[in-house]
Amino acid sequence: MTVNGVSHTRDVEARLLLIHFLRDDLGLTGSHWGCDTSNCGACVVWLDETPVKSCTVLAAMADGRRVRTVEDLAHGGRLDPVQQGFAECHGLQCGFCTPGMMMTARWLLDHHPDPSTEQIREALSGQLCRCTGYENIVRSVRWASEYEASERGTGRRGAGQPGPAAGAGARPAGEGG
Amino acid sequence: MSAAADPAHGGAYGPVRRKEDARFLRGQGTFVDDIRRPGMLHGAILRSPLAHARILSVDTAAALAHPRVRAVITGEMLQQRKLAWMPTLSHDVQAVLATDKVRFQGQEVAFVVAEDRYSARDALELIGVEYEPLPVVVDATRALDPAAPVIRDDVAGQRDNHIFDWSAGDRAATDAAFAAADVVVTQDMLYPRSHPAPLETCGAVAEMDPVTGKLTVWATTQAPHAHRTLYALVAGLPEHKIRIVSPDIGGGFGNKVPMYPGYLCAVVGSIMTGQPVKWVEDRSENLMSTAFARDYHMHGEIAATRDGRILALRARVLADHGAFNGSAQPSKYPAGFFHIFTGSYDLQAAYCEVTGVYTNKAPGGVAYSCSFRIAEGVYLVERMVDLLAAELGQDPADLRMANLLRPEQFPYTCPTGWEYDSGDYPRALHVAMDLAGYPELRREQAEKRARGEYMGIGLSFFTEGVGAGPRKDMDILGLGMADGADLRIYPTGAAVLSISCQTQGQGHETTFAQIVAHELGLSPDDVEVVHGDTDRTPFGLGTYGSRSTPVSGAAAVVVARKVRERARVVAAAMLEAAPEDLEWARGRWQVRGDPEQGRTIAEIAMAAHSSLELPDGVEGHLDAETVYNPPNLTYPYGAYICVVDVDPGTGAVALRRFIAVDDCGVRINPMIVEGQVHGGLADGVGMALMQVITYDQDGNCLGGSFMDYLLPTSLECPSWELGETVTPCPHHPIGAKGVGESATVGSPVAVVNAVVDALRPLGLRHADMPLTPANVWSALQGRPVRADVVSG
Repeated sequence: MTVNGVSHTRDVEARLLLIHFLRDDLGLTGSHWGCDTSNCGACVVWLDETPVKSCTVLAAMADGRRVRTVEDLAHGGRLDPVQQGFAECHGLQCGFCTPGMMMTARWLLDHHPDPSTEQIREALSGQLCRCTGYENIVRSVRWASEYEASERGTGRRGAGQPGPAAGAGARPAGEGG
Repeated sequence: MSAAADPAHGGAYGPVRRKEDARFLRGQGTFVDDIRRPGMLHGAILRSPLAHARILSVDTAAALAHPRVRAVITGEMLQQRKLAWMPTLSHDVQAVLATDKVRFQGQEVAFVVAEDRYSARDALELIGVEYEPLPVVVDATRALDPAAPVIRDDVAGQRDNHIFDWSAGDRAATDAAFAAADVVVTQDMLYPRSHPAPLETCGAVAEMDPVTGKLTVWATTQAPHAHRTLYALVAGLPEHKIRIVSPDIGGGFGNKVPMYPGYLCAVVGSIMTGQPVKWVEDRSENLMSTAFARDYHMHGEIAATRDGRILALRARVLADHGAFNGSAQPSKYPAGFFHIFTGSYDLQAAYCEVTGVYTNKAPGGVAYSCSFRIAEGVYLVERMVDLLAAELGQDPADLRMANLLRPEQFPYTCPTGWEYDSGDYPRALHVAMDLAGYPELRREQAEKRARGEYMGIGLSFFTEGVGAGPRKDMDILGLGMADGADLRIYPTGAAVLSISCQTQGQGHETTFAQIVAHELGLSPDDVEVVHGDTDRTPFGLGTYGSRSTPVSGAAAVVVARKVRERARVVAAAMLEAAPEDLEWARGRWQVRGDPEQGRTIAEIAMAAHSSLELPDGVEGHLDAETVYNPPNLTYPYGAYICVVDVDPGTGAVALRRFIAVDDCGVRINPMIVEGQVHGGLADGVGMALMQVITYDQDGNCLGGSFMDYLLPTSLECPSWELGETVTPCPHHPIGAKGVGESATVGSPVAVVNAVVDALRPLGLRHADMPLTPANVWSALQGRPVRADVVSG
């Protein structure tokens, strides 16, 4: 599989979970293991551009596919706007749910650049945070959305506003295996 | 914010962005399960499927024959090392691995050490345990029945399931006040068993160096220093050869205060194999076996005059402690600080009595941001005040306003002996009512009621006593609850503060840097905060009970001021002035009357390390250390208002608004304070509406996964509406109070009061948490569901 743009070839046990492969075999410990039952979302990574809960995806199911983790969000020392938003809006406390939240948020903004508060809440509703009461996570995603809109505004002056936000369907499609 | 505005200080308070975030945002935190050591092995625990059974035999031969298994540890093996039992934090013992009986479902029976995570799990299934099932006690109200099986027959002389009787207050004065009252209202209520469920489960990596004899344990602990002493006491290891590291912790909420069998098993596993051993529990293990919260069966009585003067309060509590009394609280107080249950009101008298019992359920009790059981006390009094308001036909806000303590009564000693430090309670309630638009809400409610719609408005007003605590009154296992702090100033003026408490998300690396920066005229960026490693930090009792800012925060202030005084002497030598002729202003020492003549801490630090001839009394550097023994608890408080819409046909509760006004004294970093309140409100909503650990009659835990133990998501939580008042703490050196648990303590009852308020027209008087649709609907049918044990 390709993880964060790097190809890896391994023989693994058929039952090995993707989260354990990423953490234990590849040493990518940014994604966390929180519940085993697809409820908490601390393990959310992208599988072929779609957020999935990697505690319920077998590593073997990612064979030949692309995986993206939190370690791939920042580029060239520059934080992704979602990461900046979480720092600006105090969107994290203990930091355990944060990688999964940010991966879903990145997906949301890629598909719905100007989500409503309700769409942000719905998109994150398959994931748990025990520290923040969600309010500042929602604000963080909104911050990133507005930041990216302003970047587009300066970069593509006169090109018009980003498209209208989609209605329902903001929830990530993949809930894992 | 008075201290922040003080020009003599550095002005470092405020919404400073967190230092911690840099690593977490990049996925570069170091949680226990992220730690890999050379040659590290993996442990897994075999747990009891039964709630109460005698162990007839444990056969480990097949497990040991597994090619990747390196060791299997049983209770019998621990017994030979005198390690089968360990002390709890409440003068009881708890089995590390069961020897005689299992006493709750999920109890630890054996520990496998294998070369990888999966093989350790596989081997658990190869262990054969023969059990003889015993009758089970799940219902706390039946635990003291003469026919109930005795759970703790390991304790000499224990003939029943009784743990303790405890009382506080003046019984005779309370009886007299009740006898003279016009109105008495009573209510039974259960604060059901809940679980803190931090998103990171508990775990440890233990590494015994066979050459040096040094044991290092990276563990999910909120109290690394206390754990070090415990390991020394339990395992007989020399304490200077033990290093406990609490790395990044994925939430604690009290769940990570106690010592757990898994930690000790990892240590024993490392000693036996000579290699590091990692043990990390899964979610079900966390929910089924680690410190639960609450489980208080309460009977409340409130007495008042007909015109609404509250006179007295009485409570009788049956406390379900599970199979071992593992409550984590100051040892003088078997019911924690429950007896601050008189809350925020000016009462004549109060009396409470608490009986603790064993049941075949997981141990714990004091956890989940309860401020040592103040959560239960606040719930009781705030339900009783609402019930009284309904009885008297008064608005609950009016009744509260009329009975709240008045500002001029502080410091105030409550009927059970707590000395509240400061407060302006009516102001906080006014601010909350203004934010909520209270009269408009009541008007809207009346209109909706006329249309047959059920909207509810719930209030709560809470007072906490946090920051344990004065050493003369408070200890954990004999360790006084004072906290150390060391502060080093490097020659260039960079500062390193070492503190005994550590962060599980509270942002100490930022807030404590702000504290020091503020005192010394530095930038928070110039201050590094070291925490969580017992080899690098001074002794202290840890982070729980909202004690970091009240105790360790005060220690940081005191040690910074020591440095400042030391700097004054050096500055005087530099400026060729007498120390008493200097004043601290604009973040530096300057000559009084000649502000051009001044020196910053950085300049003074360099001079202190230079060839400058130092005056008597200064040894060379500016470093200092201190131990802070708080003179009293700090007493944060708040006024909360919750607005709900309830569908009586389905019992579904929609939480529309939540207004929270908190007064935690001076706010060092208001951004972080608000984050603490947000999180606590979500916890409160979760407890009120969905979270519960319940059991069936056989002692099977019915909340053993996140599919069964429901936690609030972003959809159940409204956008919190916060307000604040600031009443500085008079005895804390910067006027701060603790805040980490305020919202968890104060919010559940506001939700319950709102739901009951909504459904009062249908005759509802009370309903126990969690107010799930099914429970609300059943309560409306007059058949309330028990939240502690499922029948049938």
